[in-house]
Amino acid sequence: MTHPPYLHPDYASTVLRAPSRQPLEMKEDPEAAELTGPVFGHGEVDALDADLTTGHAGEPLGERIIVTGRVLDAAGRPIPGTLVEVWQANSAGRYAHQRDQHPAPLDPNFTGAGRCLTDDEGRYRFVTIKPGAYPWRNHPNAWRPAHIHFSVFGTAFTQRLVTQMYFPGDPLFAFDPIFRSIPDPAARERLVAAFDLDVTEPEWALGYRWDIVLGQTPMEDA
Amino acid sequence: MTTPSQTVGPFFGFALPYAADWELVPEGHPGAVTITGVVLDGAGEPVPDALLELWTGEPGDRGALSREGAGVSGFGRCGTAPDGSYRFRLAPPSRPYAALLVFARGLLKPVRTRVYLADAPDPLLGSLDPARRATLLARPEGQDVYRFDVRLQGEQETVFLEF
Repeated sequence: MTHPPYLHPDYASTVLRAPSRQPLEMKEDPEAAELTGPVFGHGEVDALDADLTTGHAGEPLGERIIVTGRVLDAAGRPIPGTLVEVWQANSAGRYAHQRDQHPAPLDPNFTGAGRCLTDDEGRYRFVTIKPGAYPWRNHPNAWRPAHIHFSVFGTAFTQRLVTQMYFPGDPLFAFDPIFRSIPDPAARERLVAAFDLDVTEPEWALGYRWDIVLGQTPMEDA
Repeated sequence: MTTPSQTVGPFFGFALPYAADWELVPEGHPGAVTITGVVLDGAGEPVPDALLELWTGEPGDRGALSREGAGVSGFGRCGTAPDGSYRFRLAPPSRPYAALLVFARGLLKPVRTRVYLADAPDPLLGSLDPARRATLLARPEGQDVYRFDVRLQGEQETVFLEF
């Protein structure tokens, strides 16, 4: 099974929010609104939004990185022109969010939100800094592994995906109930980016590669 | 090999909301309706950190992200307020329903449902007993306003869908 279950008690917030009934499986309906999805125009997304290290008075602190990959459908075909949104903590592990109370410094030169449309080959590319790990109050001494949140649309509302990209070799994987909520260890690994020397730019930034594969749309033949 | 889902978490508020995200049509659009309600957890408490997305099935002629000018968009987004409330202003969809996705901390994958603006003959509504069907029906509440609460868990849990 690819996706986590709704109820995963080790992640305490699921206990009162997980539906208690199984979702109702929809019968085939070629007219269903969910088989289509919103289209985002190039005029709506600024090319500068893909560089999280600019737009402030100075440069953010932290390890500059490039994160790139492709958005693919279940058959491995690239999905061009789809919206990819990202958000993350700064290099100290603090979000630019008023409810984040972690006593790590905010970085005046880093907000941590970006977006782009995939190109003709389904590629996205962000320049950012590596986010820090941070504590949360799920259980004693709970720490989230470093991650970047991703939101992806695809071509149908049924493909809509919000997930998190992790970094290779993180020692916190073994202790993180959110990462471990995915039952199949092989599926968990699909959330871990690969370091890539070809993406890495000399004297500038480390490169990571991570492809995103969206679910099959119901009317599609496998 | 599909990419697994993970929770949207509590800290999306500085990244995902955008200007007029809940306004699929501008204020004063002829015939516009508002869908509003609260998201509740299994204890009946409001969920103040959910993100809802509404899709009518028709892209329309207004930007989905950039809300400049007039026209109709088929897509909207709304984060819940501290009291768990949300709202969307839209042109009545051509189908009897709009599709709704709810993301939140504690939801490892989104829940999806439909907001029916009328109890019309419909395969999904027809397959449900009256109590379950009622969870999908928006209730008229004043002029051009419909009330639709999302109950994530419990006795009156909203009917959630899987495609």
